[in-house]
Amino acid sequence: MKTVLCAAAMTATLLLAACSGGSPDKRSLLADIPSAHAAPAPLMLAPPDFGPPQGAPIKAVLTSPPHVPPPIHRDYPAKVIVELEVVEKEMPISEGVSYTFWTFGGTVPGSFIRVRQGDTVEFHLKNAPDSKMPHNIDLHGVTGPGGGAASSFTAPGHASQFTFKALNQGIYVYHCATAPVGMHIANGMYGLILVEPPEGLPKVDHEYYVMQGDFYTIGKYREKGLQPFDMEKAIDERPTYVLFNGKEGALTGDNALTAKTNETVRLFVGNGGPNLVSSFHVIGEIFDRVQPEGGTVTQHNVQTTLIPAGGAAMVEFHTDVPGSYVLVDHSIFRAFNKGALGILKVDGPENKLVYSGKEVDSVYLGDRSEPNLKAVTVAAKAHAAGTLTRADQIAAGKQLFTGTCSVCHQDNGQGLANVFPPLAKSDFLAADPKRAMSIVTHGLSGKIKVNGKEYDSVMPPMAQLTDDEVANILTYVVNSWGNAGGQYSKEEVAKARAEAKPMAAGH
Amino acid sequence: MCLRHVLAWIGMALALPAAAADYAALPGGQFASVIPADGKAARATIAPFRLRTEPVTNGEFLAFVKTHPRWRRDQVASVLADQRYLSHWAGPVELGKDVLPRQPVTRVSWFAAQAYCASEGARLPSWYEWEYAAAADATRRDARKDPAWREDLLAWYSRPSSAPLPVIGGRPNVYGVRDIVHPVWEWADDFNALLVASDSRDQNDPDVLKFCGAGAVSLQEKENYAVLMRVAMLSALKAADTTNNVGFRCAKP
Repeated sequence: MKTVLCAAAMTATLLLAACSGGSPDKRSLLADIPSAHAAPAPLMLAPPDFGPPQGAPIKAVLTSPPHVPPPIHRDYPAKVIVELEVVEKEMPISEGVSYTFWTFGGTVPGSFIRVRQGDTVEFHLKNAPDSKMPHNIDLHGVTGPGGGAASSFTAPGHASQFTFKALNQGIYVYHCATAPVGMHIANGMYGLILVEPPEGLPKVDHEYYVMQGDFYTIGKYREKGLQPFDMEKAIDERPTYVLFNGKEGALTGDNALTAKTNETVRLFVGNGGPNLVSSFHVIGEIFDRVQPEGGTVTQHNVQTTLIPAGGAAMVEFHTDVPGSYVLVDHSIFRAFNKGALGILKVDGPENKLVYSGKEVDSVYLGDRSEPNLKAVTVAAKAHAAGTLTRADQIAAGKQLFTGTCSVCHQDNGQGLANVFPPLAKSDFLAADPKRAMSIVTHGLSGKIKVNGKEYDSVMPPMAQLTDDEVANILTYVVNSWGNAGGQYSKEEVAKARAEAKPMAAGH
Repeated sequence: MCLRHVLAWIGMALALPAAAADYAALPGGQFASVIPADGKAARATIAPFRLRTEPVTNGEFLAFVKTHPRWRRDQVASVLADQRYLSHWAGPVELGKDVLPRQPVTRVSWFAAQAYCASEGARLPSWYEWEYAAAADATRRDARKDPAWREDLLAWYSRPSSAPLPVIGGRPNVYGVRDIVHPVWEWADDFNALLVASDSRDQNDPDVLKFCGAGAVSLQEKENYAVLMRVAMLSALKAADTTNNVGFRCAKP
């Protein structure tokens, strides 16, 4: 009967869909790694076959995001059985907003798969009986037509099996490739498969699984209720949500990733798309090591790494300072207006040498502009003309003082009790008026005693002030608030600035 | 108890001879299918035909298996229907309290659907016939350019299928045909001849056509995801497969 004969051929050829997979030149890309001498024989670098699987078959441990299966401590290639179930289910996408996700393993992104390079993977794709849609899987780590899609097209209530050898190491995206591919991906059908190098990855304290995706709903961002998929927005690439791990809040609050200080963290960061490219960044961290695009070349000291749709990266860093580190897509409106935010919470003792925390919260008056600084201009002109008087200097110094000094020492020179020492009637100033020039130009930290009270804080060097300005400010100070009077010249300040830093904590 | 009696009575009342089903006459003609007739761009030619106004219901199918016992789930040949065939019913000839007579029947194989249609002097519609009938809305024969039409299809895909199916009673389209694009997928006579390699590297692979001649490799209206997904779903199935969401209706010349 015609229909039966056709059926078999059909399932084999259908709907393989779009992206990845098994192009022969994929392996030759390895020729670009720096250690490969510029020998004109790129295919020699294709990974070896690793031989037949050994030992008893092993059932792969699959984990839900943000968790990653434990490292493989195995020194031989094995047959690994992966069983992944496709489940279509309604889940929250944001607070009070739900969406019908299509998932690999019941989560978005799908279950994390971890195998070793050279393993023979027997892949079972099951489609839940109550699914509406047929699905398949294209694993970018597969060498073969459709990355497995050609062999895994699976109707609801069915299971497909295919086997591949994990020839190339790396972190790879997998996704559903059933038509319409874009809609299957937009509904959450993607995840990551890690093919560990034979020797394993360097040991770290934490491994986490983060995957970005863009989502398109009929309703606006955070519009309540069950939101259907919006094909028009998807085609126009106007996402309603851009999310890490499929839900606004999947990695914040109680769901934040955690680490302690002085630990190493490895993030496997994927981007399912369907449309957007991610500028992945962790606010307050610098990635010590990145394997961009999941490849073998390691990049160091990276601030933001670009993760293509249908691509992934391994990102590692060391935690030095406690606090909350914010994972974002640095296309930043996505982070703050579409949900692409996650938190890594690092606990542990402070490390002031690396990061001080806030030292000064000062008022910035922003008044260093005309007409307030007219006196400064007058003084500068007078200096140039050789007619600078003490009165000019005091007038200019007063205005400069307001912009620079008064936030700590206050307008009246009284300082702030126990924090910022007074300049008014200051015995510390009177004891050595010349020292003031060094303090302003070089800063001062540590304990000092002023008018009988001890102060222990930090004044940063006012390096932004010119010699001229320092001279005017100090002239103003010594002629104000009951101080003894006097005058500073530009030349004296220049000399003080050129001299070594004064001893901290004078007497 | 009273309610159960009433439901039982309704069930019996609906278990009428299948021949009582309503068919609407459709004029046919030239139709721009998502699957071009020649594999490139040709329109399909559809002869006038009649189409069942409603999908076949549980009640109707129950009456069928009672008179055609070889299609009971406990007697059906395993090559003609898989293990899930009618498994949501309480028994081989009993719907049970959770399955309503007026819900569309699902978990029926292509073979079973074909046999049912034959029992009412009909056949399954071809893909072109089905697509042509489904292209209409309440006022137009071809509403496919209207985004609202497509949203209607897509909205159904967005609803999880864990909830029970609604009973028949949607708004009829311009032909008087109802409940066609939802709440169930429907078998087409030539469901397995719709070879599609959409949006893929294989798009220009001429060999694909040769495997099963009646279909086509490329889709005319790629933007028309909603219909494409029908094709994808039907293409995923084998003739003995049953799923929670696939039902059928019949057609006649």
